[in-house]
Amino acid sequence: MTETIHIKDKTIAVPGETLAEGMSVLPGAGTYRDGDAIVCSRLGLASVEDKVIKIVPMSGVYTPKLGDHIIGKVTDILLSGWRVETRSPYSAVMNTKDAVTDFIPRGANLAEYFALGDHIVIKIVNITSQHLVDVTMKGPGLMKLQGGRIVEVSAAKVPRIVGRDGSMIQMIKDATGCEIIPGQNGWIWIKGKPQGEILAIEAMRAIEREAHLPGLTERMKAWLTQHAKR
Amino acid sequence: MAYPKRFDGRAWDEPRPMEAKVGVVPRADGSAMFRIGNTVAIAAVYGPRDLHPKFMQNPETGILRCDYNMLPFSGHGDRVKPGGGRRAREIGMVMENAIRPVIDLKDYPNTVVDVFVDLPQTDAGTRCAAITAAAMALADAGIEMKELPAAVAVGRVSDKFVVDLNYDEEAHEDGAADIPVAMLPRSGKVTLLQMDGDIQPADLKKVLQMAHKAIIKINEVQKAALKARFADK
Repeated sequence: MTETIHIKDKTIAVPGETLAEGMSVLPGAGTYRDGDAIVCSRLGLASVEDKVIKIVPMSGVYTPKLGDHIIGKVTDILLSGWRVETRSPYSAVMNTKDAVTDFIPRGANLAEYFALGDHIVIKIVNITSQHLVDVTMKGPGLMKLQGGRIVEVSAAKVPRIVGRDGSMIQMIKDATGCEIIPGQNGWIWIKGKPQGEILAIEAMRAIEREAHLPGLTERMKAWLTQHAKR
Repeated sequence: MAYPKRFDGRAWDEPRPMEAKVGVVPRADGSAMFRIGNTVAIAAVYGPRDLHPKFMQNPETGILRCDYNMLPFSGHGDRVKPGGGRRAREIGMVMENAIRPVIDLKDYPNTVVDVFVDLPQTDAGTRCAAITAAAMALADAGIEMKELPAAVAVGRVSDKFVVDLNYDEEAHEDGAADIPVAMLPRSGKVTLLQMDGDIQPADLKKVLQMAHKAIIKINEVQKAALKARFADK
C-alpha cells in the first residue's frame, strides 16, 4: 500500500486541503474521503494518530452534547419549568422535578426558585434529533450562581482552559484566589477579589489566544507566578 | 479601437493584487477581509443560531442566508443608496447558491448561518470578492465545508480575453463581456456563472480555463490568510 501523509501533526489545516493520500489512511472527524485522498472539511489543528487523521476544531459555536456541564441563563418561565439559554443555537428546558426537591404546588410562582436572568450550572441529560435539550440541576456541583461574574470564551477553547484533569484551572484558582466554574459552552463563572478576578480573566484570554501552541501549561505557570505577586 | 494593453498594465490572465485577513470582526463567530485591487469586501458570519421568523425554519437542515451590501461611499462618486435593493437581493441570492453546495448544515436543524458582506470600496468584481471573503469567514466560524469556494470575473474587453476586470475595463467603449465565476478549486466545479455582455461559445470555454487558474491563485491567498490567523506571535 502506498500512502503519503501531507500534513504534519499539530499544524493548521484548511477546508479543501488534501491531508493524505492512500486507502490505508482513515478519515476522522472534520475530514472526508475523496477518491484516494483525505480532505480537510473544517478549520482546525490536524492530529495524526497512527493511520487516522482528524481535525480538532479551533472555532465554532457551542452545540449541546449529552452529559456536558454548562452554565445557562434563565430566559423564560414555562408551565412546569424554565427555559434556559445555553449559548448555542438551541435553548434548553429544565423541568421543576429536575431542579428542586421541594414540593411545588400547582400555580406556584416559579420565579421564587429561579428568576429571569439567573445563571445556573446545569447538566445536559437528553437531546432529541431535533435538538430539543433537557437539562437537570440534580447532581454534584450543579447549582444556582450567586454573585461573581460571567466571562465569555470560545467554546472550542474550554478544554484548554480546564486542562488535563482540571490542572490548568486549578493553577488559575490557586494563583488568583478565585472560585471558578467553567461551562463547556464557553461561559465561565468567576468569583473572588476584584484584583484576582481581573487576573483570572486575563489568564483565560491568554489561554484562548495561545490554545493551539505547545508548552502552554509551562508558559501559563510562569505568567501566573509573575503576575500574582503584584 | 482595439485594446492593445490593459489599463493598469497587468498581464491578460493576471488578477489584481490580493490581500486577505481573517478575524477582522471580533464580535462575529467568523470574519474575513478580502481585497482585490481597489475592491474590498468584509464578511462576518454569525451562527449557526436560532432562526426567526419561525416559518423560515427548516426542521431538516440549517439554512444559509447571505446579505450583500455596498456602502454608500464605496463607488465611483455617486452615492450608493443604502438599505439594499433589487441588485443587492439578487447578489445575496447568487452568493447563497455559490456557497451552499460546499456546506452541510444537516446537523443544525431549524437554525440559520448568517453571512453579512459589506463593501467599503468597490471597483468591479464585488460579488466575486464577496464570495471569496464569505468563504474564509465561514471557515473561520468553524462551519464544515468540503472546499473553500473562490470567485473571480473573467471576460472579454474589446478583442482581448482577460481575467479580473476592473471598472474601466467593464466600461470599455468597444464593449465587454463580464463573466463572474465561482469555482471549487479542488474539483473545478462551477457554483456561480453569470454573464453581462456577449462572447462566442468557444471563447467562453477559453476564459473559464483562465478563471480556474486565477481561482487556484486566489485559493492560495485564502488558505494563507486562514493559517496566518493561528501563526505564532
